[in-house]
Amino acid sequence: MSGGSAASALRAGARALGDLFITVGLVLLLFVAYQLVWTNVEAGRAQNQVADAIRDQWERPRGGTGSTVDMGNLDFGEGFAFMRIPRLGADYSVPVVEGVQLDDLARGVGHYRRTAGPGEVGNFAVAGHRATNGEPFARLDRMRKGDVVVTETRDAWFTYVVDRTRIVLPSDTWVIDPVPGKPRAEPTEALLTLTTCNPRWASTERLIVFAHLEEERPKSAGPPPVLAKGA
Amino acid sequence: MYGWIWKRIPGPLALRLLLALALAAAAVLVLFTTVFPWAENALPFLDVTVDGEAP
Repeated sequence: MSGGSAASALRAGARALGDLFITVGLVLLLFVAYQLVWTNVEAGRAQNQVADAIRDQWERPRGGTGSTVDMGNLDFGEGFAFMRIPRLGADYSVPVVEGVQLDDLARGVGHYRRTAGPGEVGNFAVAGHRATNGEPFARLDRMRKGDVVVTETRDAWFTYVVDRTRIVLPSDTWVIDPVPGKPRAEPTEALLTLTTCNPRWASTERLIVFAHLEEERPKSAGPPPVLAKGA
Repeated sequence: MYGWIWKRIPGPLALRLLLALALAAAAVLVLFTTVFPWAENALPFLDVTVDGEAP
């Protein structure tokens, strides 16, 4: 009698343990699916919303002139430009939003607040995910010297040309200084810095792309030829 | 656990299957909307900025 109940208790325990293992396995599989698929679906949706919001705003009239964006009035998460990188795809286009917190980066690539705006003298610094959540910079390691990064704002196309790429430590904040590597120098040139994680599925380092402004053309002049060439 | 739940779902077989499916869907929804977004913050590859600390 007592032997039988002990055996049935053992059986129940084994069954509960088995259920637990199955559950943990299923949850882990679901988490992988969430990471690899769902975050990208959600980010794609968010990016489309931001893109629509940017275009809506560009269609509305606004006072003032000048080709640079009024960076001071941007809310975190608000889109203000598009980034086109032919090396990452002929139709590669990702919205640029203000801020580099996770909430911001889920909506596009993020502009480091307090760094220069597109086309401005100083360093236009932008971060983006390399794995999951839209992963706009998934293939940023393919960038080479001479590649172009075109930033489209309301009034202008800014064509930056890549100077070099570097792998740095996460603490190397000098890469987004107005003049990278020269902490106290007064900027005289319009630069661009892209940052993302490195290696792709880790965070021990950062992959950095440095570029400089090569050309600024008004929207009325049409997109720069480099964009049409790749299409 | 699954046997325990299954025994407590009422109704004929078709309805029980439907309810079981709904339960599973609810569990997945909770995971995707609350648990996974929270767990995601512990993953390393979301740190893409140069601030030297996790965002």
